[in-house]
Amino acid sequence: MSKADPPITLYRLQACPFCERVVRVLNDLDVEYHSRFVEPLHSKRNAVKRVTGARTVPAIVDESTGVTMSESARIVEYLERTYDEGPTDAPSDRAGGEA
Amino acid sequence: MDLEFDVVEFAPSDHVQEGDTAPAFTRPLVGDEYWEDVPLVDLLEDPPVVLVFHPMDGSFPATYIWTEIADRQWHESATVVGVSISTPYAHKRLIEAEGLEEYRLYADPSNAVADEYGVAHDLEGMAGIEEPRPSVFVLDNEGVVEYAWVAGEWPEFPPYDGIEDAIESV
Repeated sequence: MSKADPPITLYRLQACPFCERVVRVLNDLDVEYHSRFVEPLHSKRNAVKRVTGARTVPAIVDESTGVTMSESARIVEYLERTYDEGPTDAPSDRAGGEA
Repeated sequence: MDLEFDVVEFAPSDHVQEGDTAPAFTRPLVGDEYWEDVPLVDLLEDPPVVLVFHPMDGSFPATYIWTEIADRQWHESATVVGVSISTPYAHKRLIEAEGLEEYRLYADPSNAVADEYGVAHDLEGMAGIEEPRPSVFVLDNEGVVEYAWVAGEWPEFPPYDGIEDAIESV
């Protein structure tokens, strides 16, 4: 990892809609992040488990705040709370999910 | 006994030479747990770096080359990374099958990295597919190529002893 790497690491699964939701929010908020892709099989996701305690994705590690978090609804809420500098007029969508 | 088989000679290639700066690239680098985009320059923080271009995962040369590297435990003295046209999913299977947890492999399905290094070749009988010819580049901490080997015929395997000498002398 180079020093220029963004502070947020996103653990994600290719084609996982819950992960894409987090990606969309990161992009909407113009927050830089670094993707790590894991396996479809839960049992092979020890890297995620070591970080968050669970094998589910999406999961994020935000080195700038020290926050580590899984579950897309919580992550979205965290990102909007932490990085949304404008008025929060987006409709609330709290239907969470994980893969 | 007269064994009748053909070793195919590669046409001469205009590949990266010793003393050149290794072309920069970024591709997904696959480890035993995940993959992420990693620029080659990031690996130079832990020199020497050994770039091993090899045929697609599942081919017998890929298996032979990685078995030999793992047996010789090159990871103890270098940052050793593979490059092939295989996908990250195939790389993960290779890592698992051959016990390559100490190594990582770049996924380059477009073969553009091999092209940049001057080691690309078309696969006869597999329409539309090209891949790297077997080749090995040993880089120092500034990305300068200290040692280069490129297969001149097909199949040809890396001169492992010579590469080890190069790793030791960087």
